[in-house]
Amino acid sequence: MPDFDAGKYAPYVWPAFAVTAAVFAWMVVSSLAQARRWRRRAEQRKEQTP
Amino acid sequence: MIPAPAFLSNPERFMAFSRWAAPLFGAIAVALAAAGLWLAFTAPEDYQQGDTVRIMFIHVPAAWMSMFVYACLGVASFLSLIFRHALADAAARSAAPLGAAFTLVTLVTGALWGKPMWGTWWVWDARLTSVLVLFLLYLAYMALRSSIDDEAKGARAAAILALAGLINLPIIHYSVEWWNSLHQGASVFREGGPAMPPVFWVPIILMALAYLAAFGSLWLVRIRAEVWRRRAEAAALRAARA
Repeated sequence: MPDFDAGKYAPYVWPAFAVTAAVFAWMVVSSLAQARRWRRRAEQRKEQTP
Repeated sequence: MIPAPAFLSNPERFMAFSRWAAPLFGAIAVALAAAGLWLAFTAPEDYQQGDTVRIMFIHVPAAWMSMFVYACLGVASFLSLIFRHALADAAARSAAPLGAAFTLVTLVTGALWGKPMWGTWWVWDARLTSVLVLFLLYLAYMALRSSIDDEAKGARAAAILALAGLINLPIIHYSVEWWNSLHQGASVFREGGPAMPPVFWVPIILMALAYLAAFGSLWLVRIRAEVWRRRAEAAALRAARA
């Protein structure tokens, strides 16, 4: 079974995992948001172009 | 022109390829990360490092990726600068923030591992300093691109910077051999095999493959965004001229 008890090293282990998770979350959210925003804008401008 | 896969030199084919490849790589990354994290938390404590050894499973793959992404940035910059491949500049621009993110993870998790093991968050030794230089190179690449109004000139200047910065990769790799360092040498990919039992190196490899698949997925997503941005700006230009 997984051992989630980091004992006296918990103040180092869990922030390391938290920072990694936060950076990955930023990478995923910002990449998808950027793609969605520019796709929408490209489609809008294509429709507006005579 | 050097030969390139069709999807790299043709935006239409790239968009068709990346449409299914990006989510596929993302799903592979999630599956590998789940397996890697399971093994990371079922691995025994290290007899010397105790539970801090679990930081190794997220720190080492991030360090590998920080260098791999910079190599990708360098290759894309080279193709953009010399061969003017259609998507090379978009690939270079899209890789930089991801590389900076992996390097940030490397630096922060390294400091959180260093404090309990070395007794300090940071030392100005060759390995740590050269990785900090790598992070600054990513930031400089992005800052240089955005500071020049003419996008083509900005891309060219940033590509030259990226190519010059490639010299830092062998410095990072060999820093622990060339200079005295608190940082340990290579422990997984080394002559004679890994310097640790499979219970430790298998989760590292799984996590590294997860990071690699995640980078592949997010890189494709960001290049797609860049293609759409250029299409939107081209359409706006056509509308303004009409």
